[in-house]
Order: sequence, then structure tokens, then C-alpha cells
Amino acid sequence: MSDEISTDGVERIGPHDLGGLPGGPVDRTEHDAAHWERQVDAMVMLMRRKGVMIDPAQLRRGIESLDPDVYEKLSYYERWAGSAALNAIEQGLVTQAELDARIESLRTGPR
Amino acid sequence: MSHDHPHRHPPQADHREPVSHYEWLGVALNELLMEKGLYTAQELREMMAEVEAVEPSTHGARVVARAWVDEDFRVRLLKDANTAVEALGFDSAATDLTVLENTDEIHNVVVCTLCSCYPRSLLGRPPTWYKSASYRSRLVREPRSVLREFGTQLPDNVTVRVHDSTAELRYLVLPLRPQGTDDWTEERLAELVTRDSMIGVTTARTP
Amino acid sequence: MIPPETARPGPTPRFRIGDRVRIDARPLATHHRVPAYAKGQTGVIIRVCGEHEEPERLAFGQQHRLRRLYRVRLQQTDLWKTYEGSPTDTLDIEIFDHWLQPA
Repeated sequence: MSDEISTDGVERIGPHDLGGLPGGPVDRTEHDAAHWERQVDAMVMLMRRKGVMIDPAQLRRGIESLDPDVYEKLSYYERWAGSAALNAIEQGLVTQAELDARIESLRTGPR
Repeated sequence: MSHDHPHRHPPQADHREPVSHYEWLGVALNELLMEKGLYTAQELREMMAEVEAVEPSTHGARVVARAWVDEDFRVRLLKDANTAVEALGFDSAATDLTVLENTDEIHNVVVCTLCSCYPRSLLGRPPTWYKSASYRSRLVREPRSVLREFGTQLPDNVTVRVHDSTAELRYLVLPLRPQGTDDWTEERLAELVTRDSMIGVTTARTP
Repeated sequence: MIPPETARPGPTPRFRIGDRVRIDARPLATHHRVPAYAKGQTGVIIRVCGEHEEPERLAFGQQHRLRRLYRVRLQQTDLWKTYEGSPTDTLDIEIFDHWLQPA
């Protein structure tokens, strides 16, 4: 197709490598961030300030390692949440079991 | 090749399920990190407030307006943006900032194709469209079409410079000062400087 | 400020402003900062941006290997088989030294 880049034989470097792909019009609707999104945003900033992640590259690695189908379905801060959890587990701060249990009680408990 | 499985409809992921698994994951992780003492609820509130406090109108726009009225500042800003914005009282320690000057011949526009790199210390959190698949995929390939969608029609003799901000530097566009503003004060000029004009998808407001 | 165990590039940048460079097309499965559209492309150094931690290591929380960073200017008409804009339009991107070769 005519939208191809000039260099043949180069693979996308991951689900996040979007430059040059065809796409529809840009949706310019302004969205106010939801409360949970602001929380995740601040949580990631704090994880960095506290040395859990020393650099945004660690957050990016977690996002980029998502399965392409998952990457495409998730919203921006959902990807951040997924990657932050991955980094927290790697650092031994939380376990997957703790996260699963907490999600279960949040889903079923009174809010 | 890179487009061996071309997307007829590229990922449009910036809409969220109201109560998705990953939303709960974010909430759960935040709670657990606080319970384990990584940070307190107070620190979280302060961080959220710190992020909210950065607005394009109170930060980036003031940098641009100063550059429009103060030639020495403009030169310093283009040469060493970090030092220049610190002189205005803005903290840029976490950012390696580069300012891109629009001229009658050159129009600059910024994208991060790989993620969402953005000059947060001057513009706050990026707008949703900046993080969208459509913007990230198309701006590098068809910048003039994307700019037209934002209402920006550039003559053919203007060179478009797209800046893919994917690594260490952060970019702020210095838009052209609108005509007919010669006797305007800095404060009044700042009101013409929009967020989008500092990303480069539009020009500054005209009086 | 830089810890003594840090590996650093030599004092003289390998490339200077105006040098023509080719961006490596090598594949890498883990985090790096070279999008597919830029791989294998030839451009011109427009700025030498100092030393920064190597992103491939930083992604795993490892520090102490600094690499020199450059801004590289690519011509849009070189990048895409069809391009709608002016032949002078450019795409500027930061590329680390270890992804560049002389062209």
C-alpha cells in the first residue's frame, strides 16, 4: 500500500510503535481526567520520587510489553496502572495475590 | 515490513470501560502502596495538587509572552531553555527543555509516537488527543492533513518540521507573535498563547 | 556528581553538526527509542545533546552507562514512499550514538 515507509523489512518495535500507521481523524474532544486517573498519575510520580522506578523508561517498558491486543484496548491510564503494578511486583513491594485480593474486595465491597 | 499487519482502523484505545479490571488495578495498587508505607494519603493529595497546579495559561504562555516582548530572553530561551524558564521562576529540573521557534518560513509541531512525552513542567498533563493513536500515527506521516484538522492551513512555502519527542528532551513551540499586537502588554499577550499553539498544532490566537 | 563506576563516552563526540548518519535498522525486542519508520534512514546531525543514561538498561532500572544523544534531521520525502507536503519538510528525532553509523 502507498502508506508504507521507505525502509522495507523493518518490524514495528512493539504495540506502541505507531508512527506512520494509517488512521482516522484525530478526536479532539477535551476530557477531564477522572479521579482514578489523577490518582494513577500521581501514584506513578510518587513511585518515581520514592525510587521504585528511577526513570520513566521502566514505566514505558511495562507498557510496551503488553500484548498488542491488550495495548490497543486499554486507555492511557489503564496502561499506566498495568505497568506500575508490574514494576511494583518486580520490586517486591506487592504480590500479584495481594493485588488480586484487593481488586476482588473493591469490586464486591461497598463503595 | 513494519506494516505487515496493517491496521484498517488503528488502535483507538483512549476510551475506557467505566469499571474495568485495569481501573480497579490502579485503585488497588495505590491503596496497597499507601498501606505498605511507600507514601501517605497526604503525599498523594499533594502530588495531585502539584500536577493540577501546572496550567498552560499560567506557565507555558508566560514563557512565550516574555519571549515576544524581551529579545534577550528570547535568545536565551532558544539557546538554553532550562536556564531561561528558571529565571521566570519555573522549576524545570526534571526536564531537558528545548524551545522551537516558529518563523514566517518554518512551522514546528511536536508528537511522541512511542508514548506521550510532553513538557509537563510548562503545559501540565497532555490532552487526550496528544496521546491518541490517530495523532501519534498520522502526525509524522501526514502533518499537513492533521494540522488542517486543527484548523491550521499552512502555505506550501512554509516548511513543516515535525519533532518526534521519544527520548530525553521535551519540546515547547514558540509560536509567531500575532500581528497587530505591537503595543500590547506581556500579560495581555499571554492570553493569546494557547496550549495547542505551544504544541504546534495551531498558531496563537489573533486579536 | 557522576559516580566513578559510570561508563561514559569519550570526550569528543563521534559526530558533529552537519554530519550525515544512518540510523541502525537492527531489531531489538526490548525497550529502545528508535521507531520503525526511522530505522535504516539517513539524515543529518543537527545538534549534539549531551550524555544520557542508556535507555535499554534504564528500562530495567540499571544506570551508570552514559551514551551521547544527538538530534537527527530526516527529510520527509525520504521517509515515506508518498508524501503530501513540501520537499523541504523534515522530521527531527533524538537518536543515541549506539544506534548511529556514518553515512
